[in-house]
Amino acid sequence: MTAQTTIASSAFLQRNWAKDAERFALLGAWAILIAIFAFAVPDTFFTWRTFSSMFGSQAVLVVLSLAILVPLTAGDFDLSAANVLVFSAMLVAVTNVQLGFPIGISIVLAIAVGAFIGAINAAFILYFRIHSLIITLGVGTFLQGLTLWMSQSQTISGISMGLVEMVVINRLFGIPLAFYYGLALALVMWWVLEYTIAGRKLLFVGRGREVARLNGVKVDRVRMLSLVASSTLAAIAGVLYAGMTGSADPNSGTTLLLPAFAAAFLGATTLYPGRFNPLGTLLSVYFLITGITGLTMLGADAFVQSLFYGGALVVAVSLSQLVRGRQPQSFG
Amino acid sequence: MTVQPLDALGVAPHDADILRMSHIRMKFGAVEVLKDVNLTLRRKEIVGLLGANGSGKSTLIKVLAGFNSPEPNSVVRLWGETLPLPLDAARIRQMGVAFVHQHLALVPSLSVIDNMLISDTTRRPYGIRWRAEKRKIQALLDEFGLAIDPTATVETLSPVERAFVAIVRAFAELRRSDAGRAGEGILVLDEPTPFLSVEDVEKLFGVLREIKKTGASVIIVTHDIDEVLSLTDRVAVMRDGRLAAMMQTDQTTRQEILDTIVGRATSAYVRAPRTVPGVPNVSIKGLSGGRCVQFDAEIKTGEIIGVSGLIGSGFADIPYLLFGAAQGAGQISIGDSVLEVAGLPPAKAHEAGIALLPGDRMGQGGVGSLSVAENATFLALPRMKGPFGISQAKMTAGTQALIVAHDVRPANPQADLGNLSGGNQQKVLLGKWLAEKPKLLCLDEPTQGVDYGARQQIFKALDDAAAEGMSIIVASTDHEQLAQLCDRVVVFRRGEPALTLSGQDVTKDKIARACLASDIPQSEQPMEVSA
Repeated sequence: MTAQTTIASSAFLQRNWAKDAERFALLGAWAILIAIFAFAVPDTFFTWRTFSSMFGSQAVLVVLSLAILVPLTAGDFDLSAANVLVFSAMLVAVTNVQLGFPIGISIVLAIAVGAFIGAINAAFILYFRIHSLIITLGVGTFLQGLTLWMSQSQTISGISMGLVEMVVINRLFGIPLAFYYGLALALVMWWVLEYTIAGRKLLFVGRGREVARLNGVKVDRVRMLSLVASSTLAAIAGVLYAGMTGSADPNSGTTLLLPAFAAAFLGATTLYPGRFNPLGTLLSVYFLITGITGLTMLGADAFVQSLFYGGALVVAVSLSQLVRGRQPQSFG
Repeated sequence: MTVQPLDALGVAPHDADILRMSHIRMKFGAVEVLKDVNLTLRRKEIVGLLGANGSGKSTLIKVLAGFNSPEPNSVVRLWGETLPLPLDAARIRQMGVAFVHQHLALVPSLSVIDNMLISDTTRRPYGIRWRAEKRKIQALLDEFGLAIDPTATVETLSPVERAFVAIVRAFAELRRSDAGRAGEGILVLDEPTPFLSVEDVEKLFGVLREIKKTGASVIIVTHDIDEVLSLTDRVAVMRDGRLAAMMQTDQTTRQEILDTIVGRATSAYVRAPRTVPGVPNVSIKGLSGGRCVQFDAEIKTGEIIGVSGLIGSGFADIPYLLFGAAQGAGQISIGDSVLEVAGLPPAKAHEAGIALLPGDRMGQGGVGSLSVAENATFLALPRMKGPFGISQAKMTAGTQALIVAHDVRPANPQADLGNLSGGNQQKVLLGKWLAEKPKLLCLDEPTQGVDYGARQQIFKALDDAAAEGMSIIVASTDHEQLAQLCDRVVVFRRGEPALTLSGQDVTKDKIARACLASDIPQSEQPMEVSA
């Protein structure tokens, strides 16, 4: 009995060691990346200005990635998130600049509309039992049409400086406030997912809908709330997006969708391997932007962004699969 | 090859034998599931293969299919050719053995033609010519007098028509095989009838007789003795991994077959006598849904009730109906609450004190990719709260307690549930529900795929829970398990309780007989409440 226990516990320790290595691999890779660029381009890369700019500029992507993380954990895809982001930014611009609403009202309106779009997604997905990929693709495309219509395909600038100040101009320790919004959201979501019953239910719904149902979870309600949360957070990301430049452009934000998914999946290989997790996602976003910034400073062209996003995702997820013996992963 | 002289089992070699399986031994780990089995099949013959659950008949069929490879010295001869071990599944099919499994392996959303062509590997250098294929399939269906439209989607067909499609597909495969050129072939049917009505079974048998006339042979695995008597030429009965008897159907009786299946040895295990001083606890009225047509029961505190019957007889739906996991109707009175089964959400059943341990452990019971601790504490999370939300320390401590109480191995709360053995998974999931102290615990096949030791531990845990006043209902086809656990066993037939065994009558043999027999003694009142 004692011998058995010892063997079991030593095997347990070994496994733990491999697990820890996997957990912190991305963190290590990030450190190595920083070291390489600090060595290669010390004067431009390894400065506080570069880091504060990287931290500040990626807040929108952080919030968007965290938004889609909620339904991903519950086993649903939200492809409309980037379109919600652009729509919400445009709504802020149109109501604030063209209709002259106070900026506070514009923001509240944009977030409320975001929540409403999430409810529409959920209604179609859950009532008609259609896969979330299809509905959110359709709703997202529809929203893009609305955005172009609403803006006459023009960039609308001149959004109240109050918002811009709260997002990029005001700084704490030299980093724009936007960074702290993303950080705070990641911490709150981490706490909700790990330390509340709601978070546990979300996880069970994603991993086994039938298991969750037979353990008394109201599965449809959980899925609905996850989709509403996703669109609401995407709308908040849209408000930040508008605040970044004080303007809204009807097209550019839609390209954030794939990087957001890349960050969510890459985040699932780290800190809590095998699980979508907010802190891992935050880490992934900054790992990716570090690589891109460094390569750009080394003289790479704009295409390096896509190369790095795509390449890093495939390589990281494959390595993580090697560590876990190539078992099929169930990402919800 | 050594051939035994004439033996008592009637499996002596015969000139017309197209299949001879001799001295088949099969082990799973240390457990021998087939112990020197001999089976023969002749040209133009229908053989029924019978036996209780766990008697080895499915394993024998899997050996014939080439999925399970038997021990050295086992001999499988097809059309006079001894097959090399390990067996090659593709070679066996090519030689002319085709299988129809209970679940038919049809894709419901595709057409009959699509489903028929999937197993057809004939070269088609010019691609599929759909009109010609349709004509060919239509001709084949006409040959058996089947009015099935080849372009119809399978999901629009009735259950028996789907069975026909699967059988005709297997027959078409036989024709394309090596043996098929001589008009021969072996069609193996694994329990095709449980979900069919009596009239449909008769139609199905008509088709099988037609197939026999073409020169092919049929092996049919079934539980139903009457079906065997009406269809087959010979009957093979398996018991405890051996061929217990091989009989000429026209020279035997249903009683003789029944005795052979059950065996004369009575089970040695005697359940400790239980005093049931319980008070009425749960009352079930007019429960229906799925294949269950009507079920009423009064269950006292501390009472364990079994529901059993043949597959498809409706008993298996009961645990799911009671928990609101399947659509149904009826009424449950439990404690102070009265629940309507129609539209009952599982969350509400849970609140009222009902628990369900489903048969599909990793599909419905727990999440294999999450840890033991996460699975074990999921229902207990409201009790796991610390100052900052759910406390990991409390989760681990709670799980440790469960692991110790139920002897879960490995004793590691962080292991993924999916990496545990079936028995240990079941102990975790059972422990999770027992910790909720439900008034009524519903179980479906609680020890399926569970090893012997874990099985005894699960029985003890259930016994202890009952001793504390829990009412338990167990749906199972494992008669030994029911005999060991239950105070009463209700046997179902065609969706309704046909017979209740209680007291001294709760034995493995009597339950088995009650499930297999279709003539119910008139004196027995359905669902009498045990005194």
